[in-house]
Amino acid sequence: MTLTEPAPGQAFGRLAPPTPRTSGSRLLGAGAPDLAGHLRRNGPLPRLPRPQALELLLRDAGLLGHGGAAFPAWRKLAAVHPGRRRAVVVANAAEGEPASRKDRTLLATAPHLVLDGLALVAAATRAGDAYLYVTADALPAATRAVQERVRAHRDDVPVTVVEAPDLFVAGEESAVVSRLSGGPALPRDKFTMTVESGVNGRPTVVHNVETLAHIALVARHGSRWFREAGTEDDPGTFLATVSGAVAAPGVHEAPYGVTLGELVARAGGPSTPLQAVLVGGYHGAWLAWPGAADVPVTRAGLRPYGAAPGAGVVVTLAAGACGLHATSRLVDYLAGQSAAQCGPCMFGLPRMAAVLRALALAPHARVPGTTAAEVERLAGVVDGRGACKHPDGTVRLVRSAMSAFRADVQAHLAGRCLHEYAGWGAR
Amino acid sequence: MSAPGATRAPVTREVTLHVDWTACDGRGLCTELLPELLVRDEWGYPRSRDGSREPVVPRGLRRAADDAVAACPLLALRLRGA
Repeated sequence: MTLTEPAPGQAFGRLAPPTPRTSGSRLLGAGAPDLAGHLRRNGPLPRLPRPQALELLLRDAGLLGHGGAAFPAWRKLAAVHPGRRRAVVVANAAEGEPASRKDRTLLATAPHLVLDGLALVAAATRAGDAYLYVTADALPAATRAVQERVRAHRDDVPVTVVEAPDLFVAGEESAVVSRLSGGPALPRDKFTMTVESGVNGRPTVVHNVETLAHIALVARHGSRWFREAGTEDDPGTFLATVSGAVAAPGVHEAPYGVTLGELVARAGGPSTPLQAVLVGGYHGAWLAWPGAADVPVTRAGLRPYGAAPGAGVVVTLAAGACGLHATSRLVDYLAGQSAAQCGPCMFGLPRMAAVLRALALAPHARVPGTTAAEVERLAGVVDGRGACKHPDGTVRLVRSAMSAFRADVQAHLAGRCLHEYAGWGAR
Repeated sequence: MSAPGATRAPVTREVTLHVDWTACDGRGLCTELLPELLVRDEWGYPRSRDGSREPVVPRGLRRAADDAVAACPLLALRLRGA
């Protein structure tokens, strides 16, 4: 095995540091500094007997996608039908969600797990091309890993590394397809499914990099092993990015079924008493604390709260902070991140942001028309009306805030705030 | 093996109206031709009366829906399942 020098200007220092190996750290514990180390640590990548073998293995394992939608991983493979045009497979590490660091961390820690997974999916779909779609800060690690494999003649399907712009919607599946087809990283109209027609019209399978890393381990260790962690319906482990008012913010791996309280504890515990947690990132939902501490991170566990595990993003809110103010700033950001292609999003999100901002600032400034009813009316107008789920996710966040922080809404409309300071209250 | 079409949209005889939101400019011709299905929002964009993402086009409105698809100046409409 050839040894490689670090790429010049390698940006490891700017990436979220990986967590020290703890029990159950399947992904973060499988990392290695180079290809040789990866193979020593994890063993060789098995060649599966037939293309359908991977699909069956993943179905038995019950692996869900880790990009946010939790779509069963095997289904995308099953949906690719042999045809005239060779398939394209994509490893998606765009990580447009600002509160998420897991994809970058995974690429810095265990890039060869990701690339093994990509190679397996490429073989299973008889793909002609593969892409690794990464943010600028992960480019050096990604490029270095790909080059190592090229020198070692590891992959049958060539992998092209493509930079994802730093936009919230850049990682949306159709935006990825658009970018890889030579266009902008903006969502496209979805009349046809990506698995049928994606990059340059070819059948395309897009998987989050974490999903691919799990695939690389399932191929080595089997579906029964995979199911030893997690729950019956949500098997395996996941990477969580925990931030806000916690002592050790960062990326932590845990089995599905872990409670939000345990997850916060793994992130060093609260640095100050907590009021609420945002589960699922900027398109997620607020859960009140301490009640949320006992909620398990599973689809069924979070569904009653209007939330889902998603891409494992948990942002904690300090007790002294105003949840309406924090949400208002998120919605300002989300409105600004609209691709500005679809009317309801382009006009509706800024309008919703303006009303929410007025509500958040209401103790000091009374703006006519600022009512909870107006927020809900606008939410109803934009929900479900756009080429992608950006308006839907923003509505979900807003509705959960109006519910979780209803006491704050009442107080603000009465001209006062219940909390000491604005923002997140993180130290 | 997985059943063919296992992950496709459910097979249905219903025809639905699909809006390409990236093309739609809120001109409103569709809302005039299909007032039973569509209204305009405060910015002029079509909104289904029943709140669905892709409203079902009943048989009796099929002709009007075809007209709306043809009339859209941005070619933003398509019928799915037709």
